[in-house]
Amino acid sequence: MRLNDEERAMLAGELGEPRRWAIQHQIAVGEFFDAADLVPVSQAHIMADTESLGEAGVGFLEGLAATPEPARRVRVPTLTDPRGLDFAVYKRLGQSEAMAALEARAITALKAFGVLMTDTCINYQTILPPVRGEHLAMGDTGVVIYSNSVFGARSNFEGGPSALAAGLTGRTPRYGCHLAECRRATRRFRIEAPPRDLSEWGALGGIIGRACGSYWEVPLIEGIELVPGSDALKHFGAALASYGSVALFHMPGITAEEPVLGGATLETVRVGRAEIDAFIASYAAPGDKVDVVVFAAPQLSLIEMQEVAAALDGRHVHSETTLLVATSPEIKHAADRMGLTARIEASGAIVAAGICFYQSYAGELAEANGWQRLVTNSAKLTNIIGGYGYRPSFLSLERCVEAAVAGVMR
Amino acid sequence: MPIVLRCHPGIGPAVEGVALVAQDNFSARYDLDRKAGVFSRPGHALAGQSYDGRILVLNDAKGGVATAWMLHEMKSRGIVPLALVFNRVNPILAQGAAFGNVTMVDRFDGDITRMIRTGDRLRIDPAGGVVEILEREGQGT
Repeated sequence: MRLNDEERAMLAGELGEPRRWAIQHQIAVGEFFDAADLVPVSQAHIMADTESLGEAGVGFLEGLAATPEPARRVRVPTLTDPRGLDFAVYKRLGQSEAMAALEARAITALKAFGVLMTDTCINYQTILPPVRGEHLAMGDTGVVIYSNSVFGARSNFEGGPSALAAGLTGRTPRYGCHLAECRRATRRFRIEAPPRDLSEWGALGGIIGRACGSYWEVPLIEGIELVPGSDALKHFGAALASYGSVALFHMPGITAEEPVLGGATLETVRVGRAEIDAFIASYAAPGDKVDVVVFAAPQLSLIEMQEVAAALDGRHVHSETTLLVATSPEIKHAADRMGLTARIEASGAIVAAGICFYQSYAGELAEANGWQRLVTNSAKLTNIIGGYGYRPSFLSLERCVEAAVAGVMR
Repeated sequence: MPIVLRCHPGIGPAVEGVALVAQDNFSARYDLDRKAGVFSRPGHALAGQSYDGRILVLNDAKGGVATAWMLHEMKSRGIVPLALVFNRVNPILAQGAAFGNVTMVDRFDGDITRMIRTGDRLRIDPAGGVVEILEREGQGT
């Protein structure tokens, strides 16, 4: 890889151990993907929940955080993805003191780098929306696909160590979504039945994600006549990224870039009502007891918080069922101020801030609370949570609330 | 004579071990019980099987960003695949292998999940971009 003088100085350790580690990591990844050089980024976003980090990851962060302040300070604004627990609700959820202690250590270490503890996977809705052509190092698949597609920004999936490295060097290896040739459409889909709500947008993302099945596929999606809102594209993108590992999609006339086709002719795959209905039906479990209902993944926008509050007004969550709502700290403050949190919690539901459920020791939560049947309107969560021992069901927001109140699947 | 398979130069140290193969994809967060060291997602082709110390031969990386931390965490506890051999990986798996110093290679001529069989003894040289099948159960090579 081509390095400039400053990058060579970092590699030689002249700018301290954190930047030496960071650029050496970036060179290893860049060479693997044949990157020609490093590209400056304007923001980094770190996924650093303690369930993924473990003792080893937290120890690693603490090691770098113990270096002198000028050596460890990040060079570009660096945000955090949702955390492993919310200190205000972890006891009610059955999370342990050991988890809270590890989380506190991780937060202390991250703050030592000058990281902004945003704890959010909807920063494009709440912190600072990207700009077309802006190079970023975003650390959440939903954030990456939304930033690349809706805004036309340029980011790869940057895992926690790589996003921290990008914060420390102010750069990232130039490969994948940073290159025009990796942004050409490689698959073509025509939507013949418009999704009717957020869960159906997630289902559509899941269907197209399964069909693509690779980071290196870029779907072109045609036939969307009514321009979807930010929450619809949020659920669509998050599911597409989760089911398919896809980082970019094009919807002509809606997303930022005029799509360039990767091949002379791309066969068109049609997706209609039957496919969406079958996707949802594959998770049906009529008659099953409902252990936990989760609104998260991605964290809820203020508008979604209002929708949940409206659906829960005057109703009570069943005594044998837990309803959990996860949003960002910014939106939680707004929801508190506007009375939405109080309306949601009056039903017996729990509103958590700065977590997104699946990153929060989901396996241990299932064990501690005896949870198996999980109901959600998030296709992304439906896809993830099976590995943690849950049996997920996937319903609309209104039907999720019905299930939470009844305590049983209809 | 061992069978020699060429790939793109990879990440991590040269290793020798036994293959566990499936025509399926991989995410540490979605698919694994990392405490027990087994594939835990019911729909996975390797559900219930131990990955500890094996060379995983799979199709593609999928899903979220957590694998970037998790290989390092798994290695620190000593319950980790010996190496990852894939048709194609995404950035997260490459970043995770680089961070955890776990051996990983991808990009072969042809479908690697059909060229290697479970039980094959392999030698992987990431720097050279070479995977050798040293021994095949029941027949040698």
